[in-house]
Amino acid sequence: MIPLSYILILSAFLFACGVLCIATKRNAIGILMGVELVLNAANINFVAFARYVPGFQMDGQVFAVMVIVLAAAEAAVALAIILNFYNNRNTVDVDEATQLRG
Amino acid sequence: MTLDLALFVVLASVIAASAIGVVVSHTIVRSAVFLLFTLIGVAFLYFLIGAEFLGAAQLIVYVGGTLVLLVFGGMLTSGGPFQTLKVRRLEWLFGGLVALAIFAALAQVSLALGQRPTTDAPLPPGAGPLGVAFLTSHLLPFEIVSVHLLVVLVGAAYLARTRKRAALGSEDSASPPNGGTP
Repeated sequence: MIPLSYILILSAFLFACGVLCIATKRNAIGILMGVELVLNAANINFVAFARYVPGFQMDGQVFAVMVIVLAAAEAAVALAIILNFYNNRNTVDVDEATQLRG
Repeated sequence: MTLDLALFVVLASVIAASAIGVVVSHTIVRSAVFLLFTLIGVAFLYFLIGAEFLGAAQLIVYVGGTLVLLVFGGMLTSGGPFQTLKVRRLEWLFGGLVALAIFAALAQVSLALGQRPTTDAPLPPGAGPLGVAFLTSHLLPFEIVSVHLLVVLVGAAYLARTRKRAALGSEDSASPPNGGTP
């Protein structure tokens, strides 16, 4: 049986990697990848608690499924916005996104 | 060291190494490949913990759907092969400090949580009880996700449609690419 804290520390590491990815990437799609890492870290926590806390078994899995679906939807909308931005500005550098009506 | 723990160590090292690869790789395609290994590792971690349905959903939705979407986005928006954007060293410094602080805080909380006695609960329910729960006791999140998906599909289609019309209009009138509004 894996100790709970090992899984939580792995998830914390994944979260920190996602935050670092969001903070340092200038490519908008790289930032999206950082968001995916953060969501995966949260999901690992949900599943770990669903495994180890007896009253949380069903709720944890339902929350995890919800997070997976929301992540897919978020990626679709964000990609549409990024493609729009690329068509207007001819770049995906987020430092160039300084106006609402570019 | 039991078999579970050994498998977890292997999986965790794969996940951590490829997560670092996502952060430090310069081109977007390499990041996507590293992200692929991270997502597959997380799916196998779900299998290892005992949540088979979630592992399958992770493989299908993330690896099969979201990652393909990201790769397509990278291909559609890249100016040329191996194009990179420079990141200043100061940004690395501050981002690394913030990430380190977050990791330290979360690890402390994780260790404190691990001190509690955890019962060796039975395996989480599989796909059958989960499906029954989605239609009986957890109907509200199911409906919220359904409506949310519908709204997202309509929104993405709307954004893609306006983008196409704007591109066509700017081509017809030969206006500068960032000036034309339809």
